[in-house]
Amino acid sequence: MEKVDIGKKILHENEKYAFENIMFLAEHKKSCLNMISSPGSGKTTILTRTIDELKGRLRIGVIEGDIQTDLDAERIRATGAPVVLINTEGACHLSAAQISNALKNLPIEDLDLILIENVGNLVCPSAFELGESGKIVVLSVAEGDDKPAKYPSIFAKSKLLLINKIDLLDGGHVDFDIERAKADARRLNKAIEIFPISAKTGEGMNNWYDRLEEWAKNPGL
Amino acid sequence: MHEMMVAQSLMAIISDEAAKHAAKPVAAKISCGTLNPINDEAFRFAFEAIARDTPYEDLRFQIEHKPTRALCGICEAEFEVEFSRPACPCGSENFKLLPDAPLILEEIDFQTD
Ligand SMILES: Nc1nc2c(ncn2[C@@H]2O[C@H](COP(=O)(O)OP(=O)(O)OP(=O)(O)O)[C@@H](O)[C@H]2O)c(=O)[nH]1
Ligand SMILES: [Mg+2]
Ligand SMILES: [Zn+2]
Repeated sequence: MEKVDIGKKILHENEKYAFENIMFLAEHKKSCLNMISSPGSGKTTILTRTIDELKGRLRIGVIEGDIQTDLDAERIRATGAPVVLINTEGACHLSAAQISNALKNLPIEDLDLILIENVGNLVCPSAFELGESGKIVVLSVAEGDDKPAKYPSIFAKSKLLLINKIDLLDGGHVDFDIERAKADARRLNKAIEIFPISAKTGEGMNNWYDRLEEWAKNPGL
Repeated sequence: MHEMMVAQSLMAIISDEAAKHAAKPVAAKISCGTLNPINDEAFRFAFEAIARDTPYEDLRFQIEHKPTRALCGICEAEFEVEFSRPACPCGSENFKLLPDAPLILEEIDFQTD
C-alpha cells in the first residue's frame, strides 16, 4: 500500500465559482447579501416589505432559492422587483455555481443591490460560500433565544442578525430574551450588528433600510 | 444534508487522483471543522450510494473532526472552543473565533501490487 498526501479542498469547485462571483460583483460595483434562516423565520416577508418600502430609494434584485416550488419567487415578482428563481431539487443550500448563473440572469446594471434568499435551513447554507458581500442571519422570536448558542456557525459568519417577529413579544405570546440572544451571538462574533424588527408591523425596519442603503453605496462595508 | 454534494465532489477528486497515479485507491482520510462538520454516517451512506458499481465502492474512510480554535481577548491564549460552554480556560468569554477548518481530502492509500 502506498500513502499519498493530497491536501485538496473538497469544495474547491464551489470556491472557484464563489471567487468568480466576487469578481463579477466587484466589476459591476454591486453589493450582494445572502439571507439565511430556518424555514419560516420571515425572509420572504422581510424581502417583500423591504422592496415595497424602498421603492424609489433602492432598486433591489432578488435571487430566490427554494427546494422545489416557485411560491416565494411569485411573492417577490408581485412586488415588481426582478427575481431569478433557483430550485435546488432537494438540496439544503444554494451553491456558488447556481449564484453565478443567476447573477447573469439579473438586469445587474439596473440594480442598486442584490438580495439572495437561501433555502430555509439554519445549518447547511453557512458551509457554502457564494461570493456574497455578506451574510444576514434571520432569527424569529418564535424559534427561541437559545438558537445562537445551539447553531453557532451561521451566527459566527454573519455581518448582521435580524431578530424578526418582535411584534409577538408584545402580547407575551412568546418568551424570548432578546438580551440573551444578543449576548450569545456577540460572544461568537463581536462585530455582528443586531436589529430587532417586525416585518409584519414595520417596527425597527428603518435601521435595516438605512444599513441596506449604506451597503448599496459601498459593498465593502 | 449537504453530505451528498460533499460525496460527489470527493468522488471527482478521488477519480482524478486515481487516474494520475494509475492505481486503485483503497482508503482515504478526510478532515473537517466543527462549525460546519460533516455527519460521518450520512457521508458514508452518500458515498456508498454514489460509488456503487464503481472501482471506489470498497473505499474506506477515516474522518477527522478538527476543533474550532479561538484567541482570548484577555489572556491572549489560543484555545479549543467547547461550543456548549464557549469560554477561554482563563474564564474569559471575550474571544475571537479563528476560521473553521475547511473540508479537506488529506491522503489516499493506493493499492500497490
Ligand atoms: N407575527 C409576525 N409574523 C411574521 C413576521 N414576519 C413573517 N411572519 C409570518 O411568518 C410566516 C413565514 O414567513 P415567510 O416570510 O414565508 O418565511 P421564510 O423565512 O421566507 O420561509 P421559507 O422560505 O419557507 O424558509 C408567514 O406566515 C409570515 O406572515 C413578523 O414580523 N411577525
Ligand atoms: Mg421564503
Ligand atoms: Zn483567556
